[in-house]
Amino acid sequence: MREFLAEYGQMLAQGAGETLYMTAAALFFSYLLGLPLGVLTTVTAQEGLRPNRVINGLLEWLTGLTRSIPFVILMIAVIPLTRLIAGTSIGPTAAVAPLVIGAAPFAGRMTESALKEADPAAVESAQAMGATNWQIICKVLLPEAAPALLRGCSITAVTLVGYSAMAGIVGGRGLGDIAIRYGYHRYEYGVMLATILLLACIVQVVQGLFSLLVRQIDKRNR
Amino acid sequence: MISVQNVTKIFETKEGRVEALRNVSLEVGDGEICGVIGASGAGKSTLLRCMALLDQPTQGEVAVDGVCCAGLSRAQTLALRRQIGVVFQGYGLLAQRTAAQNVTLPLELTQTPKKQAQARAEQLLEAVGLADKARAYPSQLSGGQRQRVAIVRALAANPKALLCDEPTSALDPLSAQAVLELLQGLNRQFGVTIVIITHQLQAVRALCRRAAVIDQGEFAEQGETEQIFTAPRSPVTQRLLAEAKLA
Repeated sequence: MREFLAEYGQMLAQGAGETLYMTAAALFFSYLLGLPLGVLTTVTAQEGLRPNRVINGLLEWLTGLTRSIPFVILMIAVIPLTRLIAGTSIGPTAAVAPLVIGAAPFAGRMTESALKEADPAAVESAQAMGATNWQIICKVLLPEAAPALLRGCSITAVTLVGYSAMAGIVGGRGLGDIAIRYGYHRYEYGVMLATILLLACIVQVVQGLFSLLVRQIDKRNR
Repeated sequence: MISVQNVTKIFETKEGRVEALRNVSLEVGDGEICGVIGASGAGKSTLLRCMALLDQPTQGEVAVDGVCCAGLSRAQTLALRRQIGVVFQGYGLLAQRTAAQNVTLPLELTQTPKKQAQARAEQLLEAVGLADKARAYPSQLSGGQRQRVAIVRALAANPKALLCDEPTSALDPLSAQAVLELLQGLNRQFGVTIVIITHQLQAVRALCRRAAVIDQGEFAEQGETEQIFTAPRSPVTQRLLAEAKLA
């Protein structure tokens, strides 16, 4: 055990750090794009605050398209775009670009389904109070959906941990890269097992933190 | 206060045209409590949405305090909506806000200073006996308490009229009675005009001097409440009364 740690410990720690870094950065930027995307899709839906068939159709099409491409393929397909944004296609920072492209539509979908949790009667009440659509989004839809939004965020984060492992294939580094190089190319199952354990821990901790946060902020069922 | 004139509302659905309201007229006077009685699906909610300026009538017009609501700009419509408080069925309270924060919502929309809004919320909650529940969340309140919060929230921005959709239907008889007394008290104390839309005859009989009976999108009967209850002319009213007696 001690020998194993001495030989691989530093590499594994660095891999875990890179995975966390990719996940966190990609999560942030995915929601930076996905949150407005989800809100806009909800608002322009047929039953939304401001139905708009053209915009809604366009957004649905865009989301559907990106979501239907397997991430491994998407990641390779957007390499030119990654170079454009990050300056390189190698390394964890470069990996964030394809991760965001893959996860932003997912975050948008998560946002969309979360916003459905806002009570329609509450939205109607705000409309009757003379609230503007912007006020309804900021004061009713988003705050009422906050717990559901965080749950969606948790699912997106876990998905990103999985995606980031795939990013190892195109030189994204992180735990996935280690697992592929040592476990797959060199049959070093000890290292493979260690990466699995670390990934499992990361997922558990992320999920645990988010559910703790959800329980903290949700005012229902008290 | 609210004038509904020859309003027809048609919805275009996949199954075809649905005429939710047909040539409905209703005059609600200043400071009056008016009732609209109807079974579910009779067009009550559509009428409420038209009166709350949430839906535009297909034909006819709705005027609030003498201002006709057709052809107004978006901003003007929003301003006019503030003249009317609405209490929806199911309360429509924000689950993530306390009772007091719910009451301050309409005041936040008009950028009322925070202190002033909070003071107003406290004063209103105290007036309905919920001073100790100001910091409670809707999930911690009973149905009757939620309804009272919804009512004072609708009144927070000082609207001239209050529309109530089935204010007592989801409540036990005691809470229902308390809510009706509250509405009557608010009407006497502040002179706020109230329209109650419900299938519960006793609520209308207890509060309203005038009432209308709506059936299949049309007013079957309209007039003094006492007369409607003692000498119903329309078969629809007679049927509703007979059903109420059986229940």
